[in-house]
Amino acid sequence: MSKIPDHLHYTEEHEYVKPTDEAGIVQVGITDYAQGELGDVVYVDLPAVETKVGRMEVFGTIEAVKAVSELFCPVAGEVVEVNQALEGDPSLVNQDPYGEGWMIKLRVKNTAELDRLLTASDYAQHIGE
Amino acid sequence: MTTTVGLKRTPFYDLHVSLGAKMVPFAGFEMPVQYPTGITREHEIVRTGIGVFDVSHMGEFEITGPDRNAFVNRVTCNDVGALREGQAQYSAILTEDGTFVDDCLVYRFDDRLMMVVNASNIEKDWSHVVNRKAGINVRLKNISDEVALLAVQGPEAQALMQSLTKLNLATLGYYHFDTGQVAGIECFVSRTGYTGEDGFEIYLRPKQAEVMWHAVVGQGRGSPIGLGARDSLRLEAGYPLYGNDIDDTTNPYEAGLGWIVKLNKGAPFTGRAALERVKAKEVTRTLVGFHAVEKGVIPRHGYDVYLGARKVDLVRSGGFSPTLKQAIGTTYLPTHSVDPGTKFLIDCRGKKVEAEVVKLPFYRGSVKSR
Repeated sequence: MSKIPDHLHYTEEHEYVKPTDEAGIVQVGITDYAQGELGDVVYVDLPAVETKVGRMEVFGTIEAVKAVSELFCPVAGEVVEVNQALEGDPSLVNQDPYGEGWMIKLRVKNTAELDRLLTASDYAQHIGE
Repeated sequence: MTTTVGLKRTPFYDLHVSLGAKMVPFAGFEMPVQYPTGITREHEIVRTGIGVFDVSHMGEFEITGPDRNAFVNRVTCNDVGALREGQAQYSAILTEDGTFVDDCLVYRFDDRLMMVVNASNIEKDWSHVVNRKAGINVRLKNISDEVALLAVQGPEAQALMQSLTKLNLATLGYYHFDTGQVAGIECFVSRTGYTGEDGFEIYLRPKQAEVMWHAVVGQGRGSPIGLGARDSLRLEAGYPLYGNDIDDTTNPYEAGLGWIVKLNKGAPFTGRAALERVKAKEVTRTLVGFHAVEKGVIPRHGYDVYLGARKVDLVRSGGFSPTLKQAIGTTYLPTHSVDPGTKFLIDCRGKKVEAEVVKLPFYRGSVKSR
């Protein structure tokens, strides 16, 4: 069973959105299930800070040993920070997807979009767990 | 969910599942692509310690009868006459055009020969071989389902194996084999492998598979390694993979395997006439190794390769090298553009990425020699 924290929002493409302490700013990454399916991550290609990304637009690419996958932005917004640590140690995505393996922080354009995402129990059902 | 209908299982299937392996369909078998250890770590274990691979999906043909040497000489391009009892050789089965039906190993016993072929090609190879039997006094037997095969690979493999057998492994040369007992089980052991490390392959009966597994896998012994790391290990070692680097559109000279073609072995063989014509001219393309110049992208099998503006080939094998920590691969380039340092482009999902020719192999491990 993979980890699916209760308080996060999810997409069917296996990204998650995690609220931060700062209002309107969220953290985006891929789920524990997704990292397990991808296997060992070797590169994460992320956008520059200040990039504007639309809802479900591609914001990056993740290359694992045996698979490559696009990263979809769960909600529209502006990138305010990217996780520089992933350049040196992309395996953080495997080790701690909801923590140190986060990918971007986003200033959300319209917080109502968050309600259109999957809840933890929706997502668990989606992946058949 | 992947469908597993009609897939075969090796005698080690239950062990893989109990170890938490991720099972995938491969060449008609359900095989472990990785264990919970993960491909990168599994790769490192084989480079530094001992890894154990279930390769029972490979096919084996047994050839007996008075004309066995002449027959295998007819269907493979290397010279069976140069093979002594207790020796194995790397060889290939070719089409009339001199391209690959498959690559294979040929083992010479006192009373028989054995060919070991790729799992994905067992049926094709079998009918190719059987169709060339006319007028020769041999008996052919496809024993693929009666043979279990484990590869024990890595710089520490000899120490482990020697602790389990009275066979003298210190004097067992590369591409030599011996018959005897390992862990009390009748088998034969060859100093061969597909990793670039020293190591052995153990051929045994399926019903003893589980006992042998527990003798070589465990704390202080070997770690189980899946097909994912098998692929990255063989790519670093510069070993070709049928279906990627070689197939029925490529010939041994282009693939850098001219050394297994013995045109003058004194016996005609399928593909010989075509290869003589190829050899009379210079080959127009050559398989090269490359690495990606930029970080961040992995050129994978099937991506288009450009020399200047011209599309010249596809990425044949491509992946991330855990040892070199960079993306590496192989492709065929025009023979005038194969010097190390030559730059070319690979279309990685819409983005043209620069690659540079490097000398093969990418990495030289503890393997004895060719």
